Amino acid sequence: MNMIVCVKQVPDPEVPPAKFRIDAKTKQVIPPEGIPPVINPFDERALELALRLKNAYGGKITVLTMGSAKSESVVKRAISMGADDGVVLSDPSFQDSDSFGTAHILACAIRKIGDFDLILCGRQASDWDEGVVGPIIAENLSIPIVTLALAIESADKALKVKRVTTDGYQVFSMPVPAMVTVSWDVGRPRLPSGSGVIMAARKKIPVWSAADIGADAGQVGKGAARKEAAGLSRREWARKCEIIQAETPDEAGTKLAEKLRDVGAV
Amino acid sequence: MSEKILIFGEVAEGKVTTVTKEILTIGRELANQTGEPLSVLLIGENIEGAAKDAVSMGGDNVYIANGPSIAKAHPDLYLAIVAEACKQLSPSIILFSHTDMGRDLAPRLAARLKASVTMDCIKLSLDENTKALLLSKPVYGGNAVAVWTSKPGTTQIATIRPRSAAPAESDPSRQGKVTPLAVSVGPSSVKGEVLETVVEEVQGIRLEDAKVVIAGGGGIGGVEGFAILEELASLLGGTVGVTRVPCDEGWKPLSMEIGQTGRIVSPNLYIAVGVSGAPQHMTGCSSSKLLVAINRDPDANIFKEADLGVVGDYKKVLPSLIERCRSLKM
Repeated sequence: MNMIVCVKQVPDPEVPPAKFRIDAKTKQVIPPEGIPPVINPFDERALELALRLKNAYGGKITVLTMGSAKSESVVKRAISMGADDGVVLSDPSFQDSDSFGTAHILACAIRKIGDFDLILCGRQASDWDEGVVGPIIAENLSIPIVTLALAIESADKALKVKRVTTDGYQVFSMPVPAMVTVSWDVGRPRLPSGSGVIMAARKKIPVWSAADIGADAGQVGKGAARKEAAGLSRREWARKCEIIQAETPDEAGTKLAEKLRDVGAV
Repeated sequence: MSEKILIFGEVAEGKVTTVTKEILTIGRELANQTGEPLSVLLIGENIEGAAKDAVSMGGDNVYIANGPSIAKAHPDLYLAIVAEACKQLSPSIILFSHTDMGRDLAPRLAARLKASVTMDCIKLSLDENTKALLLSKPVYGGNAVAVWTSKPGTTQIATIRPRSAAPAESDPSRQGKVTPLAVSVGPSSVKGEVLETVVEEVQGIRLEDAKVVIAGGGGIGGVEGFAILEELASLLGGTVGVTRVPCDEGWKPLSMEIGQTGRIVSPNLYIAVGVSGAPQHMTGCSSSKLLVAINRDPDANIFKEADLGVVGDYKKVLPSLIERCRSLKM
């Protein structure tokens, strides 16, 4: 099964929020200096599912990312985890593309790769939390999609996909080639292997430009964006915490019970 | 026909769902501000009763398209029906609930209609000067809130996070029109099929319905630690939920997760035990009426988010809490 995994480079979400700065003018979140960006954790789980499928069915995993030359690091991270190849999609015209521009760019690169059975994307990116690029790529390519995939089996040119729902799960059958967005619930992604790290270090990562993939200049960049940020602000803390003062944890528990009764919470 | 604001309503067992009532509240407020009618699209069979309810809850024009119930439908089929309905009705704002179906349909519909899309919004408003629609949504795992606006003339699609508004109340005296909508959708619009839909039975109270939620995080330390949380929950007539860590560690099933990738709850009382207070978790519980935190770490983020806090080991705090609750007959 030949797979393409789309990954995004994001500011490290593990960095405490207080360390981020918000630039109200450019509507950007500025991470602290010296903290390298990481592979979007949701995409890392999509890669994990792809690696499990590769173990089960064989095939090749190609990782795609749109960004600057610096985005090579997320492709190398994916290769160190077990992906076979990767490409960075970078062009000055791609700057400030919205989700539709990004999906157009990724879809053009996917067409160029051509030979694939399955595309996997994370359910959303940890920066803007939209979760729309995968579904839009599927529409652009006119291929079937199942969102929030938890597990996938392959059988006879079709896939059986288990999708997480709010109250349980669904099982879909769909023809290939196809797209899935991957649920967070697939579990923790594997760590890079020693041989993977060596492989990634040696690998030359190609960079494809707008011309290389035949991207339509009218569909990418800031000019094509369908929406823009009118504001960006840090979330306010709405509550003020009253700490129960007590000599022992035992006493604190008792006092908490009394407090809950006093405020009518129970 | 041109309809300004169109709500995609969800129907379960012949009734509009709670989240649909919530977006009826939001859509009605918006329609009152713009002075435009509020339209609602419902898909199903024999759902005239739900359509009348949608009128009584704020809809001016309710359209019924024939189709399978949402629980059984393939999203491709719903997408084709909604896209066809939008062609006929030409709405400029389309609102979905941020549900399984809503978040599946919204981006794909946006691609088809060349519309903009904003997911998981918590507030809709109009710009005071330009009257442009402003969509507020949490970003960066809930650490910040972005406000989005679309270029003039762009059709705008949004999904609304559950619990962002109170459900619309029914006013039987409200007048509105219920119209069947003939939508023809070819079989080729569905790629693949739904083999199975499984609703996992919840033991006890559903998290979303619980008035009291006791949430356990990584600080619980293992599956056995949850026994005392369950004891407290059952004493207070509530139920137990968890953060991401207990799911990732396999202590508790995914169905119990509260947060960005789990459930959104708003109980009267939320007691977070051994929960660090990561924004992606707080996203799922921040609208709780009273939020109580019990954590050993006085610097834990949860204390910035809570109304009441106890700094201490839950293993020592909860037994006396339970005992005092019992003696107070709470």
